[in-house]
Amino acid sequence: MLARLRKPHIVTIMGALLVFIVVQALLSFGVLSTFWRGIIFWGAAITMVALGLNLIYGFNGQFSLGQYGFYAIGAYAAADVTYRWTRADPSALVVVLFGSIVAVLFNIGVAKLMSRFYRVNVMAHFTFYTLATILAFALTVILLVPVLGPVMTGVLGIFPTAVSNQIVFFLALLGGAALAGLASFLFGIPVLELGSDYFGIATLGFTIIVKVLLDNTDTILPFPEMKGARGMIGIPMWTTWPWVFGSLVLVVLVMRNLLHSTTGRAIVSVREDERAAELVGIDVASSKVLAFVIGSVFAGLAGGIRAHDLAFLHPQSFNFIQSFNPLIIVVLGGLGSMTGTVFTGFLWIFLLEGLLRLYLPAGFETWRFVVYPLVLLLMMLLRPEGLMGRYEIPFLRQRLPALLGGDSGADKAPGEVPSGDIPPAGEVIA
Amino acid sequence: MKGRPDNLSNGASSRPVVLEVDQVTHYFGNLRAVHDFDLTLHHGELVGLIGPNGAGKTTVFNLITGVYQASEGSIRYRDVELVGLPSFEIIQMGIARTFQNIRLFSNLTVLDNVRIAYHPHANYSVVDGILRTRRFREKEAEMTERAQEFLEIFGLASRQNEIAGSLPYGLQRRLEIARALAARPRVLILDEPAAGMNPQEIDDLMRLIHFIREQFDLTVLLVEHRMRLVMSICEWITVMDFGEIIARGMPEEVRKNPQVVEAYLGRQAQV
Repeated sequence: MLARLRKPHIVTIMGALLVFIVVQALLSFGVLSTFWRGIIFWGAAITMVALGLNLIYGFNGQFSLGQYGFYAIGAYAAADVTYRWTRADPSALVVVLFGSIVAVLFNIGVAKLMSRFYRVNVMAHFTFYTLATILAFALTVILLVPVLGPVMTGVLGIFPTAVSNQIVFFLALLGGAALAGLASFLFGIPVLELGSDYFGIATLGFTIIVKVLLDNTDTILPFPEMKGARGMIGIPMWTTWPWVFGSLVLVVLVMRNLLHSTTGRAIVSVREDERAAELVGIDVASSKVLAFVIGSVFAGLAGGIRAHDLAFLHPQSFNFIQSFNPLIIVVLGGLGSMTGTVFTGFLWIFLLEGLLRLYLPAGFETWRFVVYPLVLLLMMLLRPEGLMGRYEIPFLRQRLPALLGGDSGADKAPGEVPSGDIPPAGEVIA
Repeated sequence: MKGRPDNLSNGASSRPVVLEVDQVTHYFGNLRAVHDFDLTLHHGELVGLIGPNGAGKTTVFNLITGVYQASEGSIRYRDVELVGLPSFEIIQMGIARTFQNIRLFSNLTVLDNVRIAYHPHANYSVVDGILRTRRFREKEAEMTERAQEFLEIFGLASRQNEIAGSLPYGLQRRLEIARALAARPRVLILDEPAAGMNPQEIDDLMRLIHFIREQFDLTVLLVEHRMRLVMSICEWITVMDFGEIIARGMPEEVRKNPQVVEAYLGRQAQV
């Protein structure tokens, strides 16, 4: 395994480890205050959301403003799981986790079934998937909760509380991410059919719907513990640096590996030219849904992380104005650059919520909302391709395959060959 | 016989029918773009489709490849009905095409352009890709190698890591054909491949078309404006004007056909 790693990769891995250890040390020895701890965790969470958006917008070309909606779904779902668990109620854990699993299985079944029929239209797809999902959750609530609830309590009761809490936290993050993924799947099927701009508006609508639902969790929705517009309190503060770092690394790795596989190339080809992609045999609609779901899973995961750091969730922090944050980060960092997104994601929170909040003179804090649009304006004028353009650090770069036959083209530097020198096809054949 | 000239002697009639377009009519709103179009291609043929601008040639291509759904009529590929199928499924069944104006994935490398077309045959799942399994590595290596072989054939091997959009025009055309072939088609549809090429490049292109037809055992349907190209390589030709077939036959017959001459040059003035 190690032998396959090349030098720049080792440097990157060492660098990442170093960052992990240094931050952990600073936190352990209390050098970093709770405020800065919050900033770092917040930066990581928003970076994950932005990475997901970059996958959707920067690599797949679909302009989404809905990522905060999925972020909210992940946050509230994960928070509800742990909230109830710490109050000896395993029902949310069973519903979110097993409900998602059952729903995924049902949806796979529906997909298998529908692939037998030709010419099923999008709305039919959407209807059947939605019905399957609703059925899955209904069955989970009615049948699985009474059975699996005590089982989960029993099984996790074997471990000491500290350990079982960590396991529940893990499952909650997983469940939140899965729920966000399912929501994006159902939402994406009909809406991704729209062109890019229309899709953007529709996703904005989604964020608003989610926010309004969250405002009414205790009235319209049956979740009194979420307390609607008053905000949900009493979420256990289980987010620690290893969880934050681990999630971020996971997101980066998954995204990198995905993009450098044939699926990733298909996703990028849709951005480049949708029609051409379709006409070299790529299922454009599925590619879009896939990128959208994976991007939203990242957002859901980030939501869980954020919720358990803040220990308080308020619908106002997921309103549609907020949903522009990841978009700004992605555009600033460079569409189609993971490096740029990670860099800008942290920078954004450090500057806007960290430095400017602390060091602007008292009474001028709100001026930071004047500073950042100015920065944006300047960026768009001076460097419209974003801070990093499409630059990637070597670890995140797709490896260029060696030329066929070793050095067949090595004597000619790329770009030096004038078109006249290329042998006509006839000669190549001979 | 429907959809072909009656007096063909290229020996193709004994081979199986690959593509059969049967009485296809297509409307854009109230405009009838294609009317009662027939075309029957036997395996291995090289057939031309010509006509003045706006005659409906590209519409026919778009109907075959599922970009538009035919309003009436049927299109069958090896006895499978294509009307109503999404484009990508039609392509995966074995019909590939190029575009009138080149549509490469211009920000990606030359190699990736070809590898993307190989995607339906990649044979590993998303999960394999994310987890980097052995299957991923094997299939990926195989795919890369295959794509490189394609580039070698098309004389693009040394440029595999260049950005496709930076290639000279003639090579972009060639790359587009390579990409179309990477999807492993049986029928290749070329939409004005010689557009914007100089005579030297057209000669190369002609040799290339002949070569790929032999090498990949293809049936080729060609839309073209350049008479020299069409006349010299096509076995038979269909001529369209105003969405209808006005003539059909061997190149030299078509060339002399008064209706064709009229369509291209206008009616001779009566003095």
